[in-house]
Amino acid sequence: MRLNFRLKKSSIPLKMLALTPLILALGGCDWVVMNPSGDIAAQQRDLIIIATVLMLLIIVPVIALTLFFAWKYRRSNEAAKYEPDWHHSTRLEIIIWAAPLVIITILGAVTWSSTHLLDPYRPLDRIAPGRSAENVKPLKVQVVALDWKWLFIYPELGIATVNELAAPVDRPLNFELTSSSVMNSFYVPALAGQIYAMPGMTTKLHAVINKPGVYDGFSANYSGEGFSHMRFKFRGMSEAQFVRWTQEVRKGGGRLDGSRYLVLEKPSEKVPPQRFAAVDADLFHKAVNRCVEPGKMCQHDMMAIDAKGGLGMAGVYNVTTLEYDKRTRRGEGGGFRSFVAALCAPFAGPSAR
Amino acid sequence: MASQAHALTEADKKRFYMTEEHHPENGTLLGFWIYLMSDCLIFAVLFATYAVLGRNYAAGPSGADLFDLPLVAVNTGLLLLSSITYGFAMISAQAKKVKPVLAWLAITGLLGLGFLSLELYEFHHLIHEGAGPQRSAFLSSFFVLVGTHGLHVTFGIIWLVTLMVQVAQRGLGAEMKRRLMCLSMFWHFLDVVWIGVFSFVYLLGVLK
Amino acid sequence: MSPDLVKFIFGRLTWDAIPLHEPILLVTFAMVALGGLTVLALLTRYKLWGYLWREWLTSVDHKKIGVMYIILAIVMLLRGFADALMMRAQQAMAFGEVAGYLPPHHYDQIFTAHGVIMIFFVAMPLVTGLMNLSVPLQIGARDVAFPFLNNFSFWMTVGGAVLVMASLFVGEFARTGWLAYPPLSNLAYSPDVGVDYYIWALQVAGVGTTLSGINLVVTIIKMRAPGMSLMKMPVFTWTALCTNVLIVATFPILTATLALLTADRYLLTNFFTNDFGGNPMMYVNLIWIWGHPEVYILILPAFGVFSEVVSTFCGKRLFGYSSMVYATVVITILSYIVWLHHFFTMGSGASVNSFFGITTMIISIPTGAKIFNWLFTMYRGRIRFEVPMLWTVGFMVTFVIGGMTGVLLAVPPADFVLHNSLFLIAHFHNVIIGGVVFGMFAGITYWFPKAFGFKLDPFWGKVSFWCWLVGFWVAFTPLYVLGLMGVTRRMSHFEDPSLQIWFVIAAIGAVIILCGIVAFLVQIVVSIRNREALRDVTGDPWGGRTLEWSTSSPPPAYNFAFTPVVSELDAWWDMKARGYQRPTSGFIPIHMPANTGAGVVLAGISVVLGFALIWHIWWLAAVSFVALIGAAIAHTFNFKRDYYIPAEEVVRVEDARTKALRSLT
Repeated sequence: MRLNFRLKKSSIPLKMLALTPLILALGGCDWVVMNPSGDIAAQQRDLIIIATVLMLLIIVPVIALTLFFAWKYRRSNEAAKYEPDWHHSTRLEIIIWAAPLVIITILGAVTWSSTHLLDPYRPLDRIAPGRSAENVKPLKVQVVALDWKWLFIYPELGIATVNELAAPVDRPLNFELTSSSVMNSFYVPALAGQIYAMPGMTTKLHAVINKPGVYDGFSANYSGEGFSHMRFKFRGMSEAQFVRWTQEVRKGGGRLDGSRYLVLEKPSEKVPPQRFAAVDADLFHKAVNRCVEPGKMCQHDMMAIDAKGGLGMAGVYNVTTLEYDKRTRRGEGGGFRSFVAALCAPFAGPSAR
Repeated sequence: MASQAHALTEADKKRFYMTEEHHPENGTLLGFWIYLMSDCLIFAVLFATYAVLGRNYAAGPSGADLFDLPLVAVNTGLLLLSSITYGFAMISAQAKKVKPVLAWLAITGLLGLGFLSLELYEFHHLIHEGAGPQRSAFLSSFFVLVGTHGLHVTFGIIWLVTLMVQVAQRGLGAEMKRRLMCLSMFWHFLDVVWIGVFSFVYLLGVLK
Repeated sequence: MSPDLVKFIFGRLTWDAIPLHEPILLVTFAMVALGGLTVLALLTRYKLWGYLWREWLTSVDHKKIGVMYIILAIVMLLRGFADALMMRAQQAMAFGEVAGYLPPHHYDQIFTAHGVIMIFFVAMPLVTGLMNLSVPLQIGARDVAFPFLNNFSFWMTVGGAVLVMASLFVGEFARTGWLAYPPLSNLAYSPDVGVDYYIWALQVAGVGTTLSGINLVVTIIKMRAPGMSLMKMPVFTWTALCTNVLIVATFPILTATLALLTADRYLLTNFFTNDFGGNPMMYVNLIWIWGHPEVYILILPAFGVFSEVVSTFCGKRLFGYSSMVYATVVITILSYIVWLHHFFTMGSGASVNSFFGITTMIISIPTGAKIFNWLFTMYRGRIRFEVPMLWTVGFMVTFVIGGMTGVLLAVPPADFVLHNSLFLIAHFHNVIIGGVVFGMFAGITYWFPKAFGFKLDPFWGKVSFWCWLVGFWVAFTPLYVLGLMGVTRRMSHFEDPSLQIWFVIAAIGAVIILCGIVAFLVQIVVSIRNREALRDVTGDPWGGRTLEWSTSSPPPAYNFAFTPVVSELDAWWDMKARGYQRPTSGFIPIHMPANTGAGVVLAGISVVLGFALIWHIWWLAAVSFVALIGAAIAHTFNFKRDYYIPAEEVVRVEDARTKALRSLT
């Protein structure tokens, strides 16, 4: 049994049709995912193209054959051979299972290596193709997703901003992320892939911006009423400009401490950018551990106590009569709230345990 | 595997159809078994939840502080005994003896009620002490896992009473035996789940 | 009346729950009320209540229950698609200063309801309906294993739909997305009734679905005609078996997970809270352990339909039957080890992410094998482009693109830039519309003559098909583009005006699909009007290969006067080839299950219970719960659940058919 493919004649126009989206994608226009400005995002873009091309190797012939067979074996075409009882071919079955298996094996290998190399938790080993990150000091940024705005804290610089993120070009950025209330996802398409920001824990993202510019950043996980406006501008700029920006922020005044944070935590939408010249050193740590408010037990303390078996019956009533985050939205004032109370008086600095 | 109520005659095969009444095998027991496996999945989710959240005491009491193992031992004994008495009921059902069936079912029900009473007492005591399901994730997963099992036992007892009435009314024909078999599977299944509960929740829970 | 008494009687239900200040809802209510009252009036005028109750609502006949499932699905399709049109309109206009006509509070309910309705109350009933209609006929059985449970399952699904629809007019729906992740869906961030409507609608419908799964598994295992071994079953029955195994092995997870969320909301437990040791990530994992097999529950029956349609309309045996069966079983098993690909971005680590990415890719291998098998069934066949075959070819070129974008998304770093974007939305609509919807329309057109005795009008069927095919691509290609432009999902307003053109094109596509839906409805009306011209007298209008085509159209209540004996795959084709002669005498009484109203009653009480729990009307919840138990127990005392169709009745029916067939020659 011979298969009569007339690939040349009928399926080249189809191949072009199927490749059009790929060509468009490569052209990029202003499609940020296809034309990003950060090395990580660029590698992710390359992966999209590789995976697409690999699969088109199967998809294009399948679509072509489908349309071709539909046309050739239509009932009105008496010339075509009709074999109503032909329903098995071991050779074909082997090809049918093997060809996709080969493609998937290749793609699987690509997946394994790229997933490890582009793991958001993995510190960068290069700033750009051919440029190592070895001697470049990374910039630490702490991110808190609030309802419905983004708080950025620069712990090494002692400043903080709301809905405005600036970073020097070609310097690795080490993000540590959390959320104050519900699940969010930190995403700057031009920079790198997204990572969830979740309450009570931190996630990490390592990225670098290679071109100066102003890029969009937002939450990629629906978080409630103000979600559509939970956007910020990410500014990539030269080192000198970044130093100037930092100085501008410091000149602007304002201090982000615990009580100011609690005000910020209240739900608000369409929040214009804010800057804080100073920020409490342990604010992010307290935000992650959900103990910004005085008298509340920090999560890491709670987890340490739990690891030792809890506080026993003595801990049963260690729940103050202020209810927090169980019945009412975090940040909403008034009403009945409860949380587990701290065992020591709150003071600046890490817990004594 | 063909499903055949009886052998096919050559004539049937030639005619392409059965000429006598064809009754497919009764599917009740298979169906109930599949339902039981789906119920098992629900418990699996609750066990998994307990495994993940079971050490989150929220700086409150742990299993070691709360679990009254002697009470749980008595409870376990009652439930295991009730499985044995149900077994005796099934043996009598096979022998088609209505009165012993009713007697053993009654004892099973009473043992089940005893189990439930002790469990309710345990829950009441814990809540009274302040260690209710709202206190921590550990307590939430404990109460929901053990409570779901208790709810199942409750429905089992209601079902058992219903079956007692029906057996008294209708005797032990094929239909009633099938129903007793289904409850039997359910009851023993709850026993197995309880073994999981007292091993993973109570026994492992009191270890510090 | 004292306010305390009012609160006791009505729970948290107040006059505010009725959205008198929302014009869109008021208009919708007016239209629904008008339509509903018209239907009720017509039923009364033509004295159809008795007929409706006796012949349909209390029926345990799998054919009628299958038809009712499909009717439910089509009604809910209109609601779910209205939601889609509203979203497309909002997203096409809401740029910069223009806020659009839907504030986030409303828009967020719409996208949640759209997803919930389309999955649970359109796709699931369509799939269940087709399986109910066809599987017993295909295996030569008279009905399913548990006919009463079948009726009950249907009414529980209706009950869930009633609760979802009620949320339109009394209270509001959830604003969380269709899977209601906590902490957002928990009490602190969604204190109102929306998430409770979501929970109880799904729990009520879920009982129906799980029982239906058990029913069909037992039916297929126990009730096949003599001689029909597993490897001689029609492919649709194989996919139905795997689908129902999936249902039984996965819906309990949804039940348990929603129950945990319910406990958090009603009992203030801490499964998914932030502060007392809860873990929302647990919910995400559990819900997707259910959620991924769920999409295979939807697609496998569609694959089954395509297998039947391709072999029938190419006049050729299906290529590679064994490998089709193995592929289906492999897909069923693998569907349990891919769930994490729905949240690669949650930060589970590279090894975990790679594992799940690779397993996801592996699933594409048996899926691809199926596509090839259909392709090679077409090869050297004689293809008749009846409407079901059009849907099939449309599926083959559309679904593979969706599958491709799925494998693309399975590469974790690629997913990091595309997760939750419009690219993702385009991907899953690509596979669900291109796969499930096209498959359901193919199946409906294919089996309609069997169910009703006349074909659907082919012209309007073709119009519907082309509108859906073109409309789909016009509506969703822009979404692929927008995803690559970095646009995320669930947005009700945008700042960047350069995006607008894409949304406008997508809206136009939605309108084209609307034409397809309208054409489908027109098709039904026209077909009923022209039913004599479209009449199917032989019972085998397409030259079918499986046992359902050996019966009349519609089949008699008992399906087969005598249970068929099977010796080959494609049993009916084999019987035709070996000179099968229909039995015309020797009929015997036939044992049948009796109709019952218990299903309607139990489901009705469940709806009341759900409503009471939603609105915290505790006394009503307690009363209806007790009533539910009582009604269920009462039903178990009903031992008169069957009857015999007398031989004379069988003779009468079969003689009428003999006469009709003779008039053809």
